[in-house]
Amino acid sequence: MERDRDLSALAIVGIRARGDALAARIQAAIRTNEGVDVPLGAIDITLYRDDLTRIGYAPVVRESEIPFSVDGRVVVLVDDVLFTGRTIRAAMDALVDYGRPRAIRLAVLVDRGHRELPIRADFVGKNVPTAPGDDVRVHLAEVDGRDEVEIVTRVPA
Amino acid sequence: MKWTRRHVLDTDDWSRDEIETVLDQTRAMIEILQRPIRRAPPLRGRTVILFFAEASTRTRVSFELAAKALSADVTNITASGSSVEKGESLYDTVRTLQALGGDIVVMRHASSGAPYFVAERTDAAVINAGDGWHAHPTQGILDAYTLRDALGDLDGKRIVIVGDVLHSRVARSDINTLVPLGVRITLSGPPTLMPMAWRCGQPPREVTYEPDLDRAVDGADGVIALRLQRERQESGLLPSLREYSRVWGLTAERVARMRPGAPVMHPGPMNEGIEIDSAVAHGAHSLIETQVTNGVAVRMALLYLLAGSGPAIPVEERA
Amino acid sequence: MKLEGRYIEAPGFIDLHAHLREPGFEESETLATGAHAALHGGFTTVCAMPNTDPAIDTAALVKEVYARAPGWAEGARVWPIASITRGRKGKELADLVELAQAGAVAFSDDGSPVDDARLFRSALEYARSAGRVVIEHPQDLALSAKGVMHEGSVSARLGLPGMPAAAEETAVARDIALARMTGARVHLTHLSTSGSIDLVRRAKADGVSVTCDVTPHHLAMTDEWVAGSRAFAWEVQDEGLRGVPYDSSTKVNPPLRTRADVRALWAGLADGTVDAIATDHAPHASTKKDVEFDQAAFGISGLETAVPLILGGVRAGWASLPTAIAALTTGPARVLGVDPLEGDHVVIDQEAEWVVTPESFFSLGKNTPLMGRSLIGKVDIAVIGSTKRRGGQRVAKAIAGR
Repeated sequence: MERDRDLSALAIVGIRARGDALAARIQAAIRTNEGVDVPLGAIDITLYRDDLTRIGYAPVVRESEIPFSVDGRVVVLVDDVLFTGRTIRAAMDALVDYGRPRAIRLAVLVDRGHRELPIRADFVGKNVPTAPGDDVRVHLAEVDGRDEVEIVTRVPA
Repeated sequence: MKWTRRHVLDTDDWSRDEIETVLDQTRAMIEILQRPIRRAPPLRGRTVILFFAEASTRTRVSFELAAKALSADVTNITASGSSVEKGESLYDTVRTLQALGGDIVVMRHASSGAPYFVAERTDAAVINAGDGWHAHPTQGILDAYTLRDALGDLDGKRIVIVGDVLHSRVARSDINTLVPLGVRITLSGPPTLMPMAWRCGQPPREVTYEPDLDRAVDGADGVIALRLQRERQESGLLPSLREYSRVWGLTAERVARMRPGAPVMHPGPMNEGIEIDSAVAHGAHSLIETQVTNGVAVRMALLYLLAGSGPAIPVEERA
Repeated sequence: MKLEGRYIEAPGFIDLHAHLREPGFEESETLATGAHAALHGGFTTVCAMPNTDPAIDTAALVKEVYARAPGWAEGARVWPIASITRGRKGKELADLVELAQAGAVAFSDDGSPVDDARLFRSALEYARSAGRVVIEHPQDLALSAKGVMHEGSVSARLGLPGMPAAAEETAVARDIALARMTGARVHLTHLSTSGSIDLVRRAKADGVSVTCDVTPHHLAMTDEWVAGSRAFAWEVQDEGLRGVPYDSSTKVNPPLRTRADVRALWAGLADGTVDAIATDHAPHASTKKDVEFDQAAFGISGLETAVPLILGGVRAGWASLPTAIAALTTGPARVLGVDPLEGDHVVIDQEAEWVVTPESFFSLGKNTPLMGRSLIGKVDIAVIGSTKRRGGQRVAKAIAGR
């Protein structure tokens, strides 16, 4: 909101699963603070993954829901953890199949580093340095019953 | 649940879980078909071969749209003008399929069991688009999807399937997808067009036979009318089409005997005026066009699930 | 004869009904390979059905079969059956007396029935002059038209046109009525339904001159095998052993029927209604079988698996061993009206376990749903007259020791 004073062009799209719950929270916060209802959507990027042929099974695809036109909008993608950047690449590919946003920004709860693609977040909740083998698990009340971020470190055998 | 089936040959032994997984994936695919760009990339670089040894426009086109919507490359081997029509054996066609190296083969064939024959002899995953009288699994699933979408939870609902059940792969597949979802099925139609075993006390689980259509549709939650397959009948099974249409045709009066809002479905193509009145086919209760839309999405869901089941396993390496 | 213990000794088996395909269909079997396979299966005598090309409908052709059959050194005795009608066309009687004089041991138009009842009546009456039995394949062609398996709940499920039990039973009833009326003897081959067995039982009680046989595959397999089951009628399905549905090796005429039918065949064997077990050995080159189910030829290659299938039912208590052995020896001899052949005998290892592979068959016909299956029971030695064969090989070359 600090960045884009004009809220009329804003839209928030969460990346399933968990990014969509976070996106809903952000939308609610904006409504509380500014009294404006920013359009909210959720996008599932499974079909856009670049590793589908490698993983040997078909992950469950959830329904995407973008009940508004993205044309000309500033779309803020929301996700829980930013890691290699591949999920965001897939999300952008999916998003542009809906139309042509004016701009796409990225908001993440946790940025854990180790980018493999040239992707950066515009808004970061917390930067958390991790080792590549670590696991960062975000738990949200709406999905997992509690709000918590777990960092699981692999101990060498 | 994690999808493990390599082929979709029929739904004879599918669990409720498996059917619901496909129905859920179908919903996700419907959303893709509603986007401005009706395409997603998961089958990019994969080849889908459409092998239709029996003529069909709507099913073949539906599969073609589904494959392209997922960015697959599509190759057609169809009956007319092909070596199949000239009498090439299925065995030889299978060798051609193997040489073409497709990832998924979608096939329709006049012989029941042909997809099993092909699946045993090719590396590709096989989807049955209709084999003889036996199965049309994608139709069964799209009918289940359409009904669930219209009626909500299907547990305890009663659906009537009326027509030439004996020769109908659609009827068999509908039974195999609806019953696991909790549906009771009433079959209706001439006794000569009903499998003898089902008519004489050995019907499948949750299936009954009621020759009187008026009684069958009374209070039913929905009806599926089957095409009267003239081309598959030998003489002697039916006295006349006129009598069939009077006794077992789906008229507005019969539709009115069902529960309010009960949907009318038909796998197509229709013989309007014979098994179904035009007014009913295009009337308020008809979901026939929705079935067609849902068909593309169901086929997308299955192509996606099968493509994800891993790379082709060469025949020689199978256990 | 010795029927206790691991190794049983019995007279050499006589197969009333085998298709040896020569002349005309040598890609599927020859008299040499068929006779060798028969001996391997414990049959020291095998009767060859005349549905060859040309059909065996003249004295010259009967003699030709004798000439072409291998000597006792290489395989079982081959006894030709001549056709009832010229060319097996079902229109005119063949010269039955001449055929018998040339050495035909019986008459049959098998794999077809003699559909014309009036002609069949004549055949039964005339065959008496020839002193040979008429073997009839009972099937109402109209009622079973286009059928490819038993008509029942399995065919309903699989979407395949069926041959109802009644198609066999109406023909059996017709044949019995004609036998009763003419006083002639008729032998009904490969009966497959409980209704057929009931009809024969009642006819025999009435004094009608009718005999019948059943095949080993009808004694063991059911219509569920077309759907992929590989459980014998006395077994529960082992999920690990399932076959692929629509396997054309399960396509046979008459078709595999229900468990209740199989049970009735064994009951008929036990109470003497069924006189013989005959293999209806029907070998086919793979080109005839490696096609869609509805296009495939009918038939199972059965000479070399008869023993383990029959022993399986005996082990399950469905008939006694003496009854089963009689159905392979004295029963067929009585049907043909011959004396048992001195010196012909077999030794069977009841406990030998072996796997059915294409190489394990001497028959050119590898078309059996038992391919790849482990079976229990094997012929150890087969002896014709004074010549000894072990497992179908000359004793001189046989593997030493048991």
